[in-house]
Amino acid sequence: MPTVVVAMSGGVDSSVAAALLVEQGYTVIGMMMRLWSEETAPDLTGHNRCCTPEQMNDARRVADMLDIPFYVLDTRDVFRNKIVQFFIDQHADGLTPNPCLACNMHIRFDWLLNNALALGADYLATGHYARITQSAEGLFELRKGHSLEKDQSYVLSVMTQEQLRHTLFPVGDYIKPQVRELAAKFGLPVASKHDSQDLCFLGDGDYRRFLREHGPVDLFMSGPILNRRGEQVGTHDGLPNYTIGQRKGLGISGSGDPLYVIDLDRQRNAVIVGTRDELGRDRLVAGRVNWIAGAPPSGAIRAEVKIRYKAKPAPAMLEALPDGRVKVIFDESLRDITPGQGAVFYDGDRCLGGGLIQRVEHLESAAISS
Amino acid sequence: MPDRFIYLDHSATTPVDERVVAAMMPYFSEIYGNPLSVHRLGRKAETGMEDARDKMAKILNCRPDEIVFTSGGSEGDNLALRGVALASQQLGRGTHLITSPLEHNAISRTAQQLAGVFGLPTTFLRPDHRGNITPDILREAIQEGTVLVSLMLANNEIGTILPIAELAAVAHEKGAYFHTDAVQATGQLDVDVQKLGVDLLSMSAHKFYGPKGVGALFVREGVPLLPSQTGGSHESGRRSGTHNVPLIVGMATALDIAYAERDQWVPHFIDLREHLIDSVLSTIPDVELTGERHDRLPSHASFVFKYVNGNTLLMHLDMKGIAASSGSACKTGNPAPSEVLLALGYDHDWAMGGLRLTVGRHTTHADIDYVIEVMPKVIEGVRRFSRVSD
Repeated sequence: MPTVVVAMSGGVDSSVAAALLVEQGYTVIGMMMRLWSEETAPDLTGHNRCCTPEQMNDARRVADMLDIPFYVLDTRDVFRNKIVQFFIDQHADGLTPNPCLACNMHIRFDWLLNNALALGADYLATGHYARITQSAEGLFELRKGHSLEKDQSYVLSVMTQEQLRHTLFPVGDYIKPQVRELAAKFGLPVASKHDSQDLCFLGDGDYRRFLREHGPVDLFMSGPILNRRGEQVGTHDGLPNYTIGQRKGLGISGSGDPLYVIDLDRQRNAVIVGTRDELGRDRLVAGRVNWIAGAPPSGAIRAEVKIRYKAKPAPAMLEALPDGRVKVIFDESLRDITPGQGAVFYDGDRCLGGGLIQRVEHLESAAISS
Repeated sequence: MPDRFIYLDHSATTPVDERVVAAMMPYFSEIYGNPLSVHRLGRKAETGMEDARDKMAKILNCRPDEIVFTSGGSEGDNLALRGVALASQQLGRGTHLITSPLEHNAISRTAQQLAGVFGLPTTFLRPDHRGNITPDILREAIQEGTVLVSLMLANNEIGTILPIAELAAVAHEKGAYFHTDAVQATGQLDVDVQKLGVDLLSMSAHKFYGPKGVGALFVREGVPLLPSQTGGSHESGRRSGTHNVPLIVGMATALDIAYAERDQWVPHFIDLREHLIDSVLSTIPDVELTGERHDRLPSHASFVFKYVNGNTLLMHLDMKGIAASSGSACKTGNPAPSEVLLALGYDHDWAMGGLRLTVGRHTTHADIDYVIEVMPKVIEGVRRFSRVSD
């Protein structure tokens, strides 16, 4: 039987993944990445963090129950350099990144997968809710997990054919309650634990405080709040304090239509506001695009697009641009298209790939409107 | 995964000898008395314990009442350092300690605490690249107020044996006491405290095929010692707490066996070690032996590999069924460069890549042949991966 390294977090999903693989007869090795995270003050319990000593012990206990080897890998430097720095840099550019996308690209399915292969494994398995199938032509396909509300294909849209070839998602065929039942059936001590959170490297879940302490000194410089015509209507206290679509807390007095944040302009250090109508946008351009199949589709195609992890898929036309970027035109305007987040493309339950939503300096720029 | 399992981590711990287990057994549920009790069961337990002390005193060549039973090596080191340093301070004899950066953490962290909390300064001697400390190096550092010198007999990480008798003589010239951590050495090297000339010596049973959780500290008569653990004045007030009779009996039996059979095992260890060292040095590029080539602990081979992360190496060796250890390894994923290797002058390219292979009574030539066969491939694989991932 092939050898599989399971990325274990101490949580229920990866523990059940490991147990299923053992049951299926694979030779299984447990690994846990020790990621970089902030030192927390003693009074902070670090509920939000991964790879705490408790989670390490939980994973080790599960590995022991399954009678598989278990190793903790020091991933702190590469995680700090590639993911945490990316998170800071993107915010410094006025973007709102999704570090899980970057982590899956640079850490989990690169650094860890290579570690697993170097150890002689054939596959890396994780506890993600997603599925891998193979087309008639032999191409690997990434599909949504059966449990749609738990589906994690969004953060896996960065995967390549070569990575999918060496990856298994053992819990992707199940829904969460079934996974909890399986955990109970296998007698795993993790059956009642809560799901983990994003931004695992924060000491307390407050990313604005984190950016204030770790980001560039001018990141929270105050500046103007401008309307679409460039008129100053207020003053902001630092771009990272605002998100696209935000209405409350702008401190703008006066009557008239309510104003929403429609853009964060890092160059002018300005928050751009507009009316509800001005907030809605029906198009975006995504860069750093990955096509799961390895190449873009020819010509424009119909697809559904998720503009953030928890967004509803929205019908749209996709067109691959000659420079590798992708233009997306939605059937209906969306209110919270946020530069920096991933735009992930679907054909039904099949993930076609995705890219990062780019900042649009001028909404009527050539690439977008042509 | 291979069915093969080769244990080359005897410096971490050893299996308990079956004869030791047999000697301990009656003291759990039959002769379970408290040795301080007046009644017959207490007396029987006391007899077992004092027989154990006598046996150990013969091997150490000391008086039985100079042996203090402890919970192991760390406690012995702690009691030696704290006990002598704080008692000397109390007596107004001085406050200065001398040790080296190559000592076990039980010494170095204790010295740091004595400096930080109690204000007792410590001088850390500078060893050479092989971990040697000469009498001259010690002579230069010793001062008027030096009360205790603590240097280990055989180093746990690099195996180097120090000239303890000469070093102790230097300490005594200046009126300082001398402690040696003999945790690694006991069972393999001569621990005759008269020949060594030491005033204190700590050992731990599980390093010589005895049980875990028990050890002994030799304290020469007349050496001032402030107890760290006070209570019912066991061990003549030097270490309170109900005696763990079965473990003490086990330790004495294990020590007895180790020295009765030393002439049989030590040549076996050296034979295996030499084969291992010669092969690794001749078949693998960018590797160095750490510590002394010949004047080292018989069971102990240690290396440092350039561009290798010790943690990753241990994982790959474990997958091949080989149990080893590394001075920079850590089970919780935060390995740091080995403090010992840094103190020996290795830079960061090297100091993450320590490997310790320690043979034992059950190790065979076939085991070593297997290790020699897989090691070059494992090292090559680990190196190839580290280069890609950096």
